[in-house]
Amino acid sequence: MAAVLSLENVSKGFPGVKALDDVSLGVEAGEIHALLGENGAGKSTLMKILCGIYQPDAGTIRLDGEARAFSSYRDACAAGIGIVFQEFSLVPWLSVVDNIFLGREPRNRVGLIRRSRMLAEASELFERLGIDIDPEISVYRLSVADQQFVEIAKALSLNARVLVLDEPTAPLTPTEVERLFAIMRRLRENGVAMVFISHHLEEIFQICDRITVLRDGGFVANCAVSETDHDALVEMMVGRRVENIFPPRGPRDKNAPVLLEAEIGMKKTAHTDSLKLAQGEILGFAGLVGSGRSEMGMALIGAYPTRVARIRLDGREMRFSSPADALAAGIGLLPEDRKSQGLILPFSCSDNITLNHLAQFYHRSTPFISRHKESRQVDSVMDQVRVKAPSNATPVRSLSGGNQQKVVIARWLERGCRILIFDEPTRGIDVGAKSEIYMLMKRLAAQGIAIIMISSELPEITGVCDRVLVFSHGRIVAELADDDIDSETIMRHAVSEPRHDDADAREPAAEEVR
Amino acid sequence: MTDTSRDAAISAPRRKRAPAWQRALHSPMFYPLLGFIAVFILMALLNDRFLDINNLENVARQGTVIGIIAVGMSFAIFTGGIDLSVGPVMALSGTIMAGLMVGGWPAPIAIAAGICVGALLGAFNGFCVAFGRMPPIIVTLAMMGAAHGLALIYTGGYPISGLPSWFSWFGRGNVLGLDAPVLIMLLVYAVAYIVLHHTAFGRYVYAVGGNEEATRLTGIRVPRTKMLVYAISGLTAAISGLVITSRLMSGQPSIGIGFELDAIAAVVLGGASIAGGRGVIVGTLVGAMLLAILNNGLNLMGVSSYLQDVIKGGIILLAVYIGRGREA
Repeated sequence: MAAVLSLENVSKGFPGVKALDDVSLGVEAGEIHALLGENGAGKSTLMKILCGIYQPDAGTIRLDGEARAFSSYRDACAAGIGIVFQEFSLVPWLSVVDNIFLGREPRNRVGLIRRSRMLAEASELFERLGIDIDPEISVYRLSVADQQFVEIAKALSLNARVLVLDEPTAPLTPTEVERLFAIMRRLRENGVAMVFISHHLEEIFQICDRITVLRDGGFVANCAVSETDHDALVEMMVGRRVENIFPPRGPRDKNAPVLLEAEIGMKKTAHTDSLKLAQGEILGFAGLVGSGRSEMGMALIGAYPTRVARIRLDGREMRFSSPADALAAGIGLLPEDRKSQGLILPFSCSDNITLNHLAQFYHRSTPFISRHKESRQVDSVMDQVRVKAPSNATPVRSLSGGNQQKVVIARWLERGCRILIFDEPTRGIDVGAKSEIYMLMKRLAAQGIAIIMISSELPEITGVCDRVLVFSHGRIVAELADDDIDSETIMRHAVSEPRHDDADAREPAAEEVR
Repeated sequence: MTDTSRDAAISAPRRKRAPAWQRALHSPMFYPLLGFIAVFILMALLNDRFLDINNLENVARQGTVIGIIAVGMSFAIFTGGIDLSVGPVMALSGTIMAGLMVGGWPAPIAIAAGICVGALLGAFNGFCVAFGRMPPIIVTLAMMGAAHGLALIYTGGYPISGLPSWFSWFGRGNVLGLDAPVLIMLLVYAVAYIVLHHTAFGRYVYAVGGNEEATRLTGIRVPRTKMLVYAISGLTAAISGLVITSRLMSGQPSIGIGFELDAIAAVVLGGASIAGGRGVIVGTLVGAMLLAILNNGLNLMGVSSYLQDVIKGGIILLAVYIGRGREA
C-alpha cells in the first residue's frame, strides 16, 4: 500500500545544531506508526515539520504521493494533518463544542454562529470515535483523558487523514490508556494514518504496526513491530556511546560519610522515596522526561510541594520551606531551564553570578556592596569556568547557551555549597563545553562537594555518575552503582511500569535505606 | 558550534569600555534626558516667562510631591509590580499628622505616626502580594479605596486646619537658598539610589523584576523583598503626605486622587520597563521633572487643563513607544 504521508530525506538545522539529518518516514492509511528516540533525537523537530510549524532545509513531504510544502500549521491542518500536542491547546472555560470549532465556527447569513449545527457535528464525531462526552460541558470539568479525546476529535473534525499523537499516554492512567487505544484502533479501521510517540515500549508493542527509530537527528531503523523486540529497540535508541568527553573515573571513597538523607513524598501521591548522598559523590537521577527527576531535585531544596519531606543533613533534621532555607544550609540547585529558571536575563554576567552571595562583597562591616571587590572576584571565577564574554558587565542575554550555563554554574561555585544539584547541566551545549562542565563536576566532587546530576542524556549519566537512581512514573525504580551503570539497564528501568514488578523489587531496597 | 562562532565574535579583544558616546547612547538615562531637554527647550521657546528663576523654582516645588511618590512607585515597578494606592495613602498619612497635631500631640510624634501609618499600609499591601500571592494591581486597588475611605472617616470629610505655623517649613521652607521640599525630595532620591545600587536588597529588587522564579530558585527570599518594596512605597507616599500637608497647611482627605497615574508616568518616562527588572531611580527623577515642566509650561501658555491631560497622555504613549524595542 502506498504511504498517505511520506517524508523523504528531510534535514533541518538550527544555528549550531543539526536537528534532523536525512530522515525519511512513511505512514500508510490504517497504520499506527511509532516514532521512537531518546530526548533530543529529533522527534519533535520531525513532528513540527510534519505539521508546518518548521520548514525543512532539504527533503520533500509528500501527501498521497504529491510533493507538498506546508508554510504554516494552518496549512497542514487544511491538507488533512491533525496533531495532538503534549500540551493541550484547549481553552478551559469554553465548552467542548466551542473548542472543537474554535476559529472556524459555522455561521448563518447574518454572521451568527450556528450552534445547532456545531452540536450535531460534534455528536457525530464523538459517535465515530466511540466516546461519550457532553459537548456542552466546559472543558476544565473534564478529566485529562477526556480532554485528550476532545483534542483528537478537534483534530479529526477537519477531516484529518493523518493524526500525530505526541506522547498521548504520558498523563493517562492505565485504564485511560486502554480507552485511548480503543479509539486509535477504531480510527485505524477507518483508514486514518497515525504517528504515535511514546517512551513506553510496552505500548508500542501493544498498539503499533511499524516503527521508525531516530537517534541524534539521524535515521536509525524502520521496521515492523513484529520483526523486533524490546531489547533490540532499546539498543537502537541508545546506540553507540560517546567516548572520551568524560573525565577518567577515579577511585572513589566508598566509605565517605553520608551527607544527606532524604525521604520525600510528593503531594497527591501515596508513596515515599528515599535517597542518600555521600560526601564527594556524584549521584545521577536518570529517567524519562516527566518521570519525576526534576521534581525530586526541587523537593530537596523546598521548591516543590511535598507531603512528606524528611531531610537530614549531617544527621541533623532540616526543614526547607523555600530554596533560601536550603541555600542557608549549603544546598543549591542549578535548574533545568536556564532562561526561565536560572538567569536574570536583563542582568549582566557579574550581577547574575554574585546574586546569591552579595554579602561577600560588602565594604568592611557596612551593608554596602563594593563594585570593585565584586568585579575582581567575578573576573577570577569567570576565568575559572571559562565564560567567554567581552567583560563581566556584558548582559547575559547576549551570550551563547553554553556560556549562559557557565554563568549559572559560576554563581554556585563562589557561594560555597556542600551539595549541588545540577538539572540538565549540559542541555543545548556543544561537546567541548560539556566536557569542561563534567571536569568541573569531578573537581568539585574531589573537593568533597556532593553532586546530584539530573539528566536525560544517558551517556553523561553513565560517564560521570558514581551511582544512579532511575525514575519512572514519579518513583525511584532502581538504584545502580559503579559497574552496573550502563545505558541499556537504565533505559530498561526507565521505561518500566513501577506499579508491577519493579515497584515490588524496589520496596525491600527502600526499606534497607531507612 | 554556535558557542564557538558566537563567542569568537564577541570575545575578540577583552576591551574594558566602549567609547563614551556609545555608552551614553546605551545608558538607560539617554531617552529620558533627551525627552527632558527637548520639552525644556520647547517650553522655553514657547514662553518667555518659563525660564524665569522664580518659575523654575516653582516647577521644582510642584514636582516634589509626585517626585517623592514616584520613588516608591519605582521600587514597585522595578520588581514587576505596581502600587495604585499611593495617592490615598499619602492623603491618609497627611491627615493623620494634621489631626494628631491639632489634637495636641507633640509635632515630631504626630509626624512620625503619620509616616508609620503610610509604611504600615504599604507593608500590608506587600504582605498580601508576597505571602497572600495576590496580584499587586488588585491588592493596591483595594487599598486605594480603603485608604481613601479611612481618610474620610478620620476627618469626617472635612479638611483639618489650624496647624502650627512652623509646620509650613516642610512645604514652603528654605534651606541655604534651596526649597525645603526640593531638598527632602533629593534626600529621598539619594537614599533610594544608595539602596538600589549599593545594597543586596537593591539587587534583589531588580532580580525579582527580571526573573522572579530564577531569583527564588537562586535562594533569595523573594516574599521578604516584595513586602519591603511595598512598605517603601507606602513610606514615600507618607513622606509626600508630609510635604503636601505642610504646603497646604491643612490635612485634606481627598487629595491625591489620580496621583498614582502621574507617578507611574514619571517612572515610565524615566525609562523603566513596566514588566520589571529594568529602570534607574535617577530616570524617575527626570521623568517626574519632565511632567512638572510640562504642566507648568502648558499652564503658562494658558492651555486648558482638559487639553493638558490629552497632551500628557500623548507624551507617555510616545515615551513607551520609543522605549519599547530596547529589551534585546
